[in-house]
Amino acid sequence: MKTDLKTNIKAVIARAYVRIVAANREPSWWFTETLLPVLSIAAYVYVYKALKAPEEYTGFVILGGTMSAYWIMVLWSMAAQFYWEKEMGNLDLYMIAPISRMSILLGMASGGVLLTTTRAFAIFLAGSLIFKVSFSIISFPKLLAVFILTLVGLYGLGMLFSSLFLLYGREAWHGVTLLQEPVHLLSGFFFPVRSLGFGVALGASLIPLTLGLDAMRQLAFKTGAKSGFINVNLEIIALVILCILFLVLSKYAWDFMERLGKKEGRLSLRWQ
Amino acid sequence: MLSEAFFAYRKDEIMNYAVETFDLNRTFKLKKEKKEKDKNENSKVVALENVNLKIHEGELFGLLGPNGAGKTTLIKILSTLLLPTSGTALVDGIDVVKNPEEVRKRINMVTGGEHCGYGILNVRETLWMFSQLYGIPNKKANEKIEELLKILDMEKFAKTKIGKLSTGMRQKLNVMRGFVCDPKIIFLDEPTLGLDVQVSRDVRKYVKTWLAENPERTVLLTTHYMAEADELCDRLAVIDQGKVLVCDSPQNLKKSLTKDAIFHIEVNLTLNGMEKFGEIPGVKKFAYEHKSHIGRTFLKFILEDESAISHVTESISDNGSKIVSLSKVEPSLEDVFVALVGRGLQDEN
Repeated sequence: MKTDLKTNIKAVIARAYVRIVAANREPSWWFTETLLPVLSIAAYVYVYKALKAPEEYTGFVILGGTMSAYWIMVLWSMAAQFYWEKEMGNLDLYMIAPISRMSILLGMASGGVLLTTTRAFAIFLAGSLIFKVSFSIISFPKLLAVFILTLVGLYGLGMLFSSLFLLYGREAWHGVTLLQEPVHLLSGFFFPVRSLGFGVALGASLIPLTLGLDAMRQLAFKTGAKSGFINVNLEIIALVILCILFLVLSKYAWDFMERLGKKEGRLSLRWQ
Repeated sequence: MLSEAFFAYRKDEIMNYAVETFDLNRTFKLKKEKKEKDKNENSKVVALENVNLKIHEGELFGLLGPNGAGKTTLIKILSTLLLPTSGTALVDGIDVVKNPEEVRKRINMVTGGEHCGYGILNVRETLWMFSQLYGIPNKKANEKIEELLKILDMEKFAKTKIGKLSTGMRQKLNVMRGFVCDPKIIFLDEPTLGLDVQVSRDVRKYVKTWLAENPERTVLLTTHYMAEADELCDRLAVIDQGKVLVCDSPQNLKKSLTKDAIFHIEVNLTLNGMEKFGEIPGVKKFAYEHKSHIGRTFLKFILEDESAISHVTESISDNGSKIVSLSKVEPSLEDVFVALVGRGLQDEN
């Protein structure tokens, strides 16, 4: 048992290493993943400025743009990653290794968080400095807790989606493409989610980013609570539930999909 | 009622085998569109049919068969990537379906033509990464990596990103990846596929050395290269269309043909009327291979006795073909395959 745990921890570190190394060896990301997102943020900021919206809306957009980096990462480098792993022949090698599949997922997630945080921080810093955003943090511990819970929930969701790629390959790819933009809208990346109405916002709350972003906006700006969806404490409780739900579900989904894949012979079949 | 002694004996017996299969079957359902295309045919493809194999610990066992024979399906079942439709498979005495986690601690797999790892990592990092999936301590892993790099002459590529390696180098890396965790049983699925002569030789040499170092190690090799099977394997099973046709040492398999007369004949490219060569009196089995790029057809005849060769040469002349060369040969594994299946190993049908 002790040996198994040690092996699994080693597997998490090894898989995370790939992503951390990638961050250092591909410097082009500074341009594609930091400067380009800042341009898209700028477009929203200027719309708000033209409409003479309250100052904190600029901050809302910066926060949304920052968290968008995580969402893209979760979709394409967590959920869809197993499509690539299968194509490259790595999936078979992970599946025959004496480790829990969750170790590989955790390795991808932890490496991914570190990698994306550098990008997200760069976007946040650049956006905040260029547009002179002033933050007035109400509770730093709560803000940090919300941020961490949002990431855990988000990556848990990514782990859950990744199980689909075990079997469906390219078919699941379309699903991820379909999720990208609607979630930008539904989770209120560039505006307070309350604007969508209670029912829609409640439905969108299944995606941890919706509640996470809303709570962060309420905690990072003095007047943030005015445009908040629900009470921050309630949002924290809901995020905890989502984290547990997605992590547990992803384990079961993986076990189910793996069994089905082995039965149908689709686990290591490519070009599907 | 069977005594405890019997079970103890049976347990001992099982533990002596690295791999055992009992009536192993695997069928695949055809996809919907394929089903419609072949609606008059069965909607299932039989990949393995009642496969019974016993591979001894310490053995280098070969599975010889053409593409689509079921070799990879068997390897996938044994390496816990695929479930059998029915039957049982034991690896190191452990059921691959009931206890796959335990099986995985004992095995590794190398597939030919496969790339492993990530282009952004270098060779050393890739090997380290895969060693960690087996919980190997860093010091031990690094020592093993250095050893493998040296043996397979890859030291100068240790810091090369794998995205920049040639196909041969990548396959060497793949082989090293399979051995880095020092498995008890390794499955080598066409490990030298597409490699040049020198790299193939290096790989074969390493496999033999690795096996000789520890009597508990076992190799299951699938190949459709006759020379490779002949050179490496202690025993081999000839597999075709999911069925094991015969299982013995290469020497014994070849010996089974010593009473027959085997002739290899090279003629100018002959595309028509080949079937009738099998009906020539005295011909037991017959196979051919067209090599259009050199304008030749290669014929292999297994004859009841030498005298039948005159009928064969007559028929070839009657067919309008010209004999370029004719030789009587000692039986090879290819001839064993022809004798068993009635076609050559390179033929896809």
